[in-house]
Amino acid sequence: MEKIATREAYGKALVELGAQDARVVVLDADLAGATQTKIFKAAYPDRFYNAGIAEANMVNMAAGLSTMGLVPFCSSFAMFAAGRAYEQIRNSVAYPRFNVKVCATHAGVSVGEDGGSHQCIEDIALMRAIPGMTVIVPADANEARAATFALAEFEGPAYMRLARLATPVFEGDMVKPFELGKANVLREGKDVAVFACGLMVSEALEAAKILAADGIDAAVINIHTIKPIDSECVMKYAKQCGHVVTVEEHSTIGGLGDAVADVLMGKVNCSFKKIGVEDRFGQSGKAADVLREYGLTADQIAENIKASLS
Amino acid sequence: MSTAQLAATCKQVRRDIINMTANAGSGHPGGSLSAVELMVSVFDRMRIDAKKPHDENRDRFVLSKGHSAPCYYAVLAHHGFIDRAEYANFRQLHSILQGHPDAKKIPGIDASTGSLGQGCSIAVGMALGAKHRGMSDVKVYTLLGDGEMQEGQIWEACMAAAHYKLDNLTVIVDNNGLQIDGRNDEVMSLGDLAAKMRAFGFEVFELADGHDLDAIAAALDAAVPAGKPKCIIAHTVKGKGVSFMENQVGWHGKAPNEEQRAQALKELEG
Repeated sequence: MEKIATREAYGKALVELGAQDARVVVLDADLAGATQTKIFKAAYPDRFYNAGIAEANMVNMAAGLSTMGLVPFCSSFAMFAAGRAYEQIRNSVAYPRFNVKVCATHAGVSVGEDGGSHQCIEDIALMRAIPGMTVIVPADANEARAATFALAEFEGPAYMRLARLATPVFEGDMVKPFELGKANVLREGKDVAVFACGLMVSEALEAAKILAADGIDAAVINIHTIKPIDSECVMKYAKQCGHVVTVEEHSTIGGLGDAVADVLMGKVNCSFKKIGVEDRFGQSGKAADVLREYGLTADQIAENIKASLS
Repeated sequence: MSTAQLAATCKQVRRDIINMTANAGSGHPGGSLSAVELMVSVFDRMRIDAKKPHDENRDRFVLSKGHSAPCYYAVLAHHGFIDRAEYANFRQLHSILQGHPDAKKIPGIDASTGSLGQGCSIAVGMALGAKHRGMSDVKVYTLLGDGEMQEGQIWEACMAAAHYKLDNLTVIVDNNGLQIDGRNDEVMSLGDLAAKMRAFGFEVFELADGHDLDAIAAALDAAVPAGKPKCIIAHTVKGKGVSFMENQVGWHGKAPNEEQRAQALKELEG
């Protein structure tokens, strides 16, 4: 199976988008090589603005550019975009509902070697807490491409979470159309509904295969849009299965798990288990080793789901 | 407009500031009153039309020191963007006149501000956008507080303004010397602001009297070398025009009561 990082798909999609839409401009904060906006910079040097290592100013310049009829995409690491520039996104982009797309890479612990200071595990929580903010977490390269186009089409503030690590590109039946706010059911099942996002979608699919060997029939749903969440789909599968598990490469506080819980609480009677980073900071290591340390590999997820059902 | 006409407008704006804050029982009269001549003069030059508030080719203004909203609203009302009847609703539930400017609610307000340090960056983005699109007529103005310049983001924005050669940008500093906790020099010294702005690549104009309409006009109209952003540092008096508010830290964020309103309006009679 081919492996491509969602950040790389994003960088390439920007170039395609740039060819179609003259309004698109791209900003970065001295991380164009890492975020992959360098691909756009090479194709459209006159439509690329480096803010230097100044994320707050980058986000607000994007706000200003958006008022001049342009569609700015601005990128940095999730830690510095959603983290450092949180208040700029909140007050100068989302509050006036400006048409700015914040596309942050290097989210989650799969950043690997750079360690806990660079592994943002709170960005989904921060961004979804902002009124009216759209929050997207693509699961693979194709979805990152489609989401980039969808965001350009969508009028309003949005945050997209992208990863550093190259991960499997879905093939065959797993390739689904991308529609903002519409979850994709990747595997039908009746025993447990597994809602996942980002890199954890492919791990959840692998976990479902392991569970199937043990006679557990898991549905796997890709919640690529955390906000606005597809409540209808979440309700349907929670009711159908009676057991819900969420899997995310993010803190279990405020992320996908809580977004799903918000839909179900007081409405559906089901068991509920959140799998993610449990109130800990990340740390250095090879991405695969770090993911294992935090219980985010397919076999560990399968074990965890099985335990939650017994 | 003539200097005499502008002076009359300034007086009306000051009365409006007093009435708005007194009606609401809250708001920021001090930093509104210090900014009157600056904002009135900028708006006198801006190419804007209340009938076409979203005209792409209009000039832009960002009130980075968003707490001077009463002054902003009064100036916008003078230019036909706001109905004076709205003054009664300033800071009230469902009002378009929020405590700090909300761009969603009022056509003519180009950015939502109030969280200090951010407006200058937005103005830089607007000036960059105008350059990007070849809109050579568009001028962008932003008004900063001196205390606000303690925010690090201001200096990120200034660095970018010079880097991107934004000679269509004018950064104006309402240098009234006071902030909530006291005198700037006591809270956090700003040092030689003019030298700092020059070092950041701005063409700097320093006005000893930031209420002198002719001096403001001269600085606003002065040419700058190609590629250089302009900075006007205007030394102003916080609470200007109302004797008991002038240079008083306590009037940063406090509204006049009825007695004080009456006295202030008497001092501001036309």
